[in-house]
Amino acid sequence: MQKVDQKRRDFVSVAAKATAATVVAPGVFLQSVAQAAPRAEPVTDDVRYGLLIDTTKCADGCNDCVAACDQENGIDQLLKPEGASDALWEQQKPRWIRKVKVQDNLTGKQTDMPVMCQHCEHPPCVDVCPTGASFRREDGIVMVDRHTCIGCRYCMMACPYKARSFIHENVQSKTTVAPRGKGCVESCNLCVHRRDNGEKSTACQDACSEGAILFGDLKDPDSKISMALAEKSTVQLRADLKLNTGVRYSGI
Amino acid sequence: MLKLANLGILLVLMSLSFVVTSASGPKDVEPSVEGSAKADKLDVCVAPTPFMRRNHFELIKHQRDITVHQGIRLTDDSLAGCIDCHAGKDTHGHFVPVNAKGEFCAGCHEYTGVTFDCFTCHAAKPTKTGS
Repeated sequence: MQKVDQKRRDFVSVAAKATAATVVAPGVFLQSVAQAAPRAEPVTDDVRYGLLIDTTKCADGCNDCVAACDQENGIDQLLKPEGASDALWEQQKPRWIRKVKVQDNLTGKQTDMPVMCQHCEHPPCVDVCPTGASFRREDGIVMVDRHTCIGCRYCMMACPYKARSFIHENVQSKTTVAPRGKGCVESCNLCVHRRDNGEKSTACQDACSEGAILFGDLKDPDSKISMALAEKSTVQLRADLKLNTGVRYSGI
Repeated sequence: MLKLANLGILLVLMSLSFVVTSASGPKDVEPSVEGSAKADKLDVCVAPTPFMRRNHFELIKHQRDITVHQGIRLTDDSLAGCIDCHAGKDTHGHFVPVNAKGEFCAGCHEYTGVTFDCFTCHAAKPTKTGS
């Protein structure tokens, strides 16, 4: 009787699995490339991007959205400047999202929420910018053109949401998607590189395991965010300023 | 291909015959292996080489405004595209910054005495997208 070569059988079985995997992988890869086509036409005001934050789902002590934002936009690659104290660095470190806790003093109810650039329709930062570096893109994203920013920081003072950060020192490690250098102001840009590459979410939305952050087009009545806004009771932070923010909060 | 090879030889000769002062590029970087950049394997850039030598900065400057303000990224003239194609790799297969001494950008700019500011903010070698 012929002896079965077990080693050869194992090899064939492993090889077959490996072949199956490579057959699947190119298909997946091709699909993701097809979805993520870089933008070729100028952005228009047919869309207005925004966020809906459900504060009832935002967990106390969770920092996942901030960490994801830091990683996506290269903020975690910044190092404490030489000679700076920890306290100073903690104050000056760029932050595109801040985790904020608010308390109703009458009832004692506490609410956690992420606060980032609110992408106002009438942004005070754009009003005060002396060079036109601070601007609002047609699709509603408020951002800084760092080629024209002179680092005066008027916008940081004008912003009621404390959303902007300043880069105080030279940046050693840079990423392609989020250029950054000494002397410029920056803030949340709703992952603008993802918008221009046709992706559908933001890093913070992807990172939130509770689903507290929802990104979408406020002008599309069929988008998830528009449907949620039509259903839930939501507020704008500092609605009294009549800035018509693109970021809305529910549960506060 | 022939033209690129000629440019390479020219740059080597230049660096031998002139004392070159490095402006702001990274120091102590292992030089890239010749022929390791994507561009080395292509015949032409997005426009003929003589045009690119004289006008690349105009293309990039025009592109930066339409990218930042209009979100257009699908063009030949993006800085990220330049870096992706022209960054060479060292003997370990790691990308070498294009503004390091003798590399694609720094090679000519040092010789011509042009100070440029792109890489104060922009990555000088291809990086992962982050997402």
